[in-house]
Amino acid sequence: MDILSYSAVELAAAIKEGKVTATEAMEAVLARIDEKEKDINAYVTIDREAVLKAAKAAQEKINAGELTGPLAGVPVAIKDNMCTEGMLTTCSSKILGNFIPTFSAEAVINLEKAGAVIIGKTNMDEFAMGSTTETSAYGVTRNPWNTEHVPGGSSGGSAAAVAAGECFFALGSDTGGSIRQPASFCGVVGLKPTYGTVSRYGLVAYGSSLDQIGPLTKDVTDCAVVMEVIATQDAKDSTSVKREDTDFTSALVADVKGMKIGIPRDYFGEGLDAEVKDAVLAAAKALEEKGAVVEEFDLSLVEYAIPTYYTIAAAEASSNLERFDGIKYGYRTENFEGLHNMYKKTRSEGFGAEVKRRIMLGSFVLSSGYYDAYYLKALKVKAMIKKAFDEAFAKYDLILGPVAPTTAPKLGESLSDPLKMYLGDIYTISVNLAGLPGISVPCGKDSKGLPIGLQFIADSFQEKKLIQAAYTYEKIRGDFKIEN
Amino acid sequence: MANIITDETIDYVGILAKLELSDEEKEQAKKDMGSMLDYIDKLGELDTTGIEPMSHVFPVQNVFREDVVTNGDESEKTLKNAPGEKDNMFMVPKTFD
Repeated sequence: MDILSYSAVELAAAIKEGKVTATEAMEAVLARIDEKEKDINAYVTIDREAVLKAAKAAQEKINAGELTGPLAGVPVAIKDNMCTEGMLTTCSSKILGNFIPTFSAEAVINLEKAGAVIIGKTNMDEFAMGSTTETSAYGVTRNPWNTEHVPGGSSGGSAAAVAAGECFFALGSDTGGSIRQPASFCGVVGLKPTYGTVSRYGLVAYGSSLDQIGPLTKDVTDCAVVMEVIATQDAKDSTSVKREDTDFTSALVADVKGMKIGIPRDYFGEGLDAEVKDAVLAAAKALEEKGAVVEEFDLSLVEYAIPTYYTIAAAEASSNLERFDGIKYGYRTENFEGLHNMYKKTRSEGFGAEVKRRIMLGSFVLSSGYYDAYYLKALKVKAMIKKAFDEAFAKYDLILGPVAPTTAPKLGESLSDPLKMYLGDIYTISVNLAGLPGISVPCGKDSKGLPIGLQFIADSFQEKKLIQAAYTYEKIRGDFKIEN
Repeated sequence: MANIITDETIDYVGILAKLELSDEEKEQAKKDMGSMLDYIDKLGELDTTGIEPMSHVFPVQNVFREDVVTNGDESEKTLKNAPGEKDNMFMVPKTFD
């Protein structure tokens, strides 16, 4: 069997049985990267010598019986907004172009403890602000299904790397859909956990009350295994939640009998592409045939999620990104007069257009005289949105809908009109506002051959329901791979 | 456009955001911020009287820990990332004469 066609779990098993070594797996991935990166550009940083050494070291530990974790020897790609000790971490921004962290993110440490070997850092929208991976300072990433199209974003590099076989799985982060939407566009599985489930320690903050790290994988089984590894309580993240129910693989059961699934009518209205709609509803039908109880309902407030999100996310971003000041790390402008001029010039030269746009908006909505009208108002609407979900989950185990209104747009089509781009986040964004878990699973292709994603949303801490439904659907659907 | 962003507002926000925008960027920022605020004004349609602003989705309490250093002295590694460094300290531009 070709090494690259293994899932992460299959590869770990093959390594354990001695059929493949961690070094061979890494060499296969690097060969695929050599072949594909010219077209895809999924990675910002790869240190070949270091990763081969790391793979060899992992294999030696496996041989010695010291490394027995569920991902022992499996090569993983990490989104470039997660700190990796000794490895460049740029957030796809010029302002962090030379930043080498002195520590690793907790999620990365957990993966390494489970035996995973880091290949490198994946491309993203600058500071995770965008839906296409086109705002990166290090070039666009292209969709492996059709390189004229975007991979989605902001975790576009991670999604593209999984789809193109340039890694066995990847970590991404999701503030308004940044795992689920690129997973949908690239035909892979992506899960955004309940807020607080995965430590944000070492994740470069964008919208702290919304950010969560999660897996992008080839299938639902890998997703559950990676979730078990990265979901830990961490004293270094004050919003980290203690959970006893992180045995996510126990939910890998192909059974939806009696499961109550609600389909929000508001998710199927104007703006939704007909092919996406048909594919998602066909998936719902398939689950119904397996015994799920599927019915339509009105979620309400859907149209208010985007303005609420952009107010809160921009406000938090403007505060979080104050730390980039040209003093402690990263880029500093060459010529300046005095401290304040240095700050301003450093930031103006170091940040790209979309980041500046959000910092400006955030500074405005937090400014004296506007705070109540914009920021506080958004926090109140957020409470209303959460309540609408609470009411839905009093009736349903899961909500089912599309991930995005369309399949992947062409490169260059989205950035000219930011507001239009923001509207593409309509089905993913409220999940972050309410702190809920959501999963994206491929459910078909459109007439252009681009993948379509199906989204399940569950109540807080109900990832197992997501995994069970997604796993069941995956069994009905069968294989979903790029033919190459 | 309902929200007209003036030059004064953009300059003021530029000070808050510590950004120095070119004239061209300023014009674009005025347009972008105006249209975003028009869009955000949609929230005004909702009656939020009596609703508590929700900053955190779960009822979490302050998290405390002992004030003990656990990560040791990493100043050398940390300072390697600094654009300017002198005598084991960050070097900053002169702030006053």
